[in-house]
Amino acid sequence: MVEHLHSDGEEPCVTLDAFLSQSNATAVRLEPDEDARALIPHLDRLALIEVAFPKFRDGRGYSSARILREAGYTGELRAQGDVLVDQIAYMKRCGFDTFAPEKPLNPADVEAALTRWPEHYQGAADGAVPIWKLRHG
Amino acid sequence: MYKYDEYDHAMVAARVAEFSDQVKRRLAGEITEDQFKPLRLMNGLYLQLHAYMLRVAVPYGTLDSRQMRMLAHIARKYDRDYGHFTTRQNIQYNWIKLEDAPAILADLASVEMHAIQTSGNCIRNISSDQWAGAAADEITDPRPWAELLRQWSSFHPEFSYLPRKFKIAVIAADEDRAAMRLHDIGIQIVERDGVHGAAFYVGGGMGRTPMIAPLIKEFVPLEDMLSYAEACLRVYNRYGRRDNIYKARIKILIHELGADEYRRQVEEEFAHVKSLGIDPPKAEFDRIAKQFAPPALDASAPDAIDRSDPDFAVWVDQNVAAHKVAGHAIVNISLKPIGGIPGDASSAQIDLMADLAEQYSHDELRVTHAQNIVLPHVRKADLYAIWQALDAAGLATPNLDLISDIIACPGLDYCSLANARSIPVAQKIAARFSDLGRQKELGELKLKISGCINACGHHHAGHIGILGVDRKGTENYQLLLGGSGAEDVSLGTITGPGFDEDGIVDAIERVTDRYLAERAEGERFVDTFRRVGMAPFKEAIYG
Amino acid sequence: MKLLTGNDLKTGFVTWWTGSDWSIHIEDAADVGEHGEAILAVEEAARRVNAPYIIAGEKTADGPRPAHIKDRIRALGPTVRPDLTLKPADPAAGDWVI
Ligand code: HEM
Ligand code: SF4
Repeated sequence: MVEHLHSDGEEPCVTLDAFLSQSNATAVRLEPDEDARALIPHLDRLALIEVAFPKFRDGRGYSSARILREAGYTGELRAQGDVLVDQIAYMKRCGFDTFAPEKPLNPADVEAALTRWPEHYQGAADGAVPIWKLRHG
Repeated sequence: MYKYDEYDHAMVAARVAEFSDQVKRRLAGEITEDQFKPLRLMNGLYLQLHAYMLRVAVPYGTLDSRQMRMLAHIARKYDRDYGHFTTRQNIQYNWIKLEDAPAILADLASVEMHAIQTSGNCIRNISSDQWAGAAADEITDPRPWAELLRQWSSFHPEFSYLPRKFKIAVIAADEDRAAMRLHDIGIQIVERDGVHGAAFYVGGGMGRTPMIAPLIKEFVPLEDMLSYAEACLRVYNRYGRRDNIYKARIKILIHELGADEYRRQVEEEFAHVKSLGIDPPKAEFDRIAKQFAPPALDASAPDAIDRSDPDFAVWVDQNVAAHKVAGHAIVNISLKPIGGIPGDASSAQIDLMADLAEQYSHDELRVTHAQNIVLPHVRKADLYAIWQALDAAGLATPNLDLISDIIACPGLDYCSLANARSIPVAQKIAARFSDLGRQKELGELKLKISGCINACGHHHAGHIGILGVDRKGTENYQLLLGGSGAEDVSLGTITGPGFDEDGIVDAIERVTDRYLAERAEGERFVDTFRRVGMAPFKEAIYG
Repeated sequence: MKLLTGNDLKTGFVTWWTGSDWSIHIEDAADVGEHGEAILAVEEAARRVNAPYIIAGEKTADGPRPAHIKDRIRALGPTVRPDLTLKPADPAAGDWVI
């Protein structure tokens, strides 16, 4: 199951620019207009990537998350910002495993949202078996 | 026709449950309108001028009689006894109550229908050729390809918060009956060395900056199609503009990057995406394609049509098209009676069309982008009986592709974004040209009206287009000439200063008179316009 | 005069602020003067109205008349379907819009 909140006392995230010039950080924050692929050479020493959602309508972070997972990133991938309960199921499919919403979410709603979809039509970054594969064994 | 299996049913049921929950939370005040709006939009629910408006998807325009009757039932039970068929092959209801929306979606789900992604900044309902599976000129039925795309795009986790809406059309004939190149992605199924593949045109659209989609890839094999689409969308999702809603469509990205640079980025992304294994096997395509197998039509059915009733003969000549199987025909039902509202049909009319489909058309109907209905598989011997039934219901207007077969958006009578009314203008033009002899003399003439710059009525793609604008608080209409949404795709040009409601009707008459004076043998209006240019028409209009 | 209008949250019907409540009839609409924003905030938060906004109008013998054609069509109903407007029995009702 997914962790809904991040733990306290962790290392603060640095910006992408800072991360790329300062080699010892293990947590980085990615803004919507920053290229997730810039992190690919450094994935093995990252423990946390926080993807910013300054506005829920800005969907660039969904692509960033998938790109990171597709490149083999296995650390924590956090969606931070204007993260609404009606989006977290899609976020999870794109590879996010933790959420840091600005406005707290109702845990029951979170549970309902994450268990709503019985299956999925398309493959994504969550490892779910797509429906077409279930159909053909 | 495609039939849902247990998975499709479960997905739609989950969506109904999700939306019911969202409506409940909105009515209880747990979410604000700002948060609710994108959720209701992804379920086709708008707040319009008079009430909520619900847009129901008709995937690639195909329906069976049971589904069509459900559309009538919804109109009767939850709305005001009618619906509006749109240029995107959908149907809209204008008087929906928010509290009823979950029940309506549940009713739709019971007949394998939904309103998923009919609005919002996501991949919308996939449109196609309304004659798919029946047209004499198609190389294959495009709908299995469209269904593959429909499933891939439904609840797509990465592409549900795109910079802007995204519309895909799929055709499989050289004659383009779906305005394919005016879509964000237009796909034409083509043949190479005996194998079918998808030609991708990307970055077309209308709205305030109309553009014709450039060819991005000539031939994408079936087994790569979804990966290729995924790559096209990912480049757009990452780099499409989000700073200005009017520049957020993919056409602007491609225009700014250039088609070559966009193609390069897509190819690079595709090389990566292809390695992820997201393309279904051929067996899945075959499973879908089997369900679109052509109905068992008897090619030895009689070919002759008894034309002794002159009114019937006129209708046959105008509204009936060639079918690929001998002894059969495609019936086009005009929803454009003179003086009527383009695209509107009453519950009783919808039921009647369902009955005719069940009895005469292998249980199939289509919605067309010109806001008409098609019975795709009809025996020629049954045409007379069909015509009689249609005629009795006011559905036999013989005006397909003539000047009174007008596409018109709802305009200021229904739409909160409108600058001017569209429907009354359509009605006045149809009345002015009501004489059928006169319409036939003018020949194929596609007239399209939008009530604002958003171009829902395809005015850029009309041989004659009309755009409603607001001129110091009064309705005003600009005239465009020379557009086309077909295979000879082109964008119309504005003639000059606009007109009031009566003025625009007069201006169109001057334009058509001039056409009759200028035309050479065999030329349609748009051909003459292309040959002689704007000047003679301008002179005719403005003196 | 200034009028306050919106849609009913549940039904979506066009409504007008009467000074104490909401009505579907523009004849009942009250001049909100400078208080529009304040009323709007309270009413929207209470979910008695959805997507409210303030418009300019003028007082006439027939009651308040919105300055913009769009709001006059909202007040009446679609001009192309007189049977579905709030004044189905009045064939001249559409003239008021234009
Ligand atoms: C009444 C409620 C409607 C609203 C609020 C609405 C809204 C819009 C908007 C805002 C756009 C412009 C999008 C853009 O340029 O990015 C648009 C485009 C469009 N709409 Fe509508 N629309 C409505 C009804 C319809 C109807 C009834 C039809 C079909 C008859 C339709 C078909 C289209 C089409 C074909 C486009 C052009 C797509 C393009 O720009 O490429 N819409 N609509
Ligand atoms: S073109 Fe404008 S007026 Fe017409 S339906 Fe679209 S948004 Fe409304």
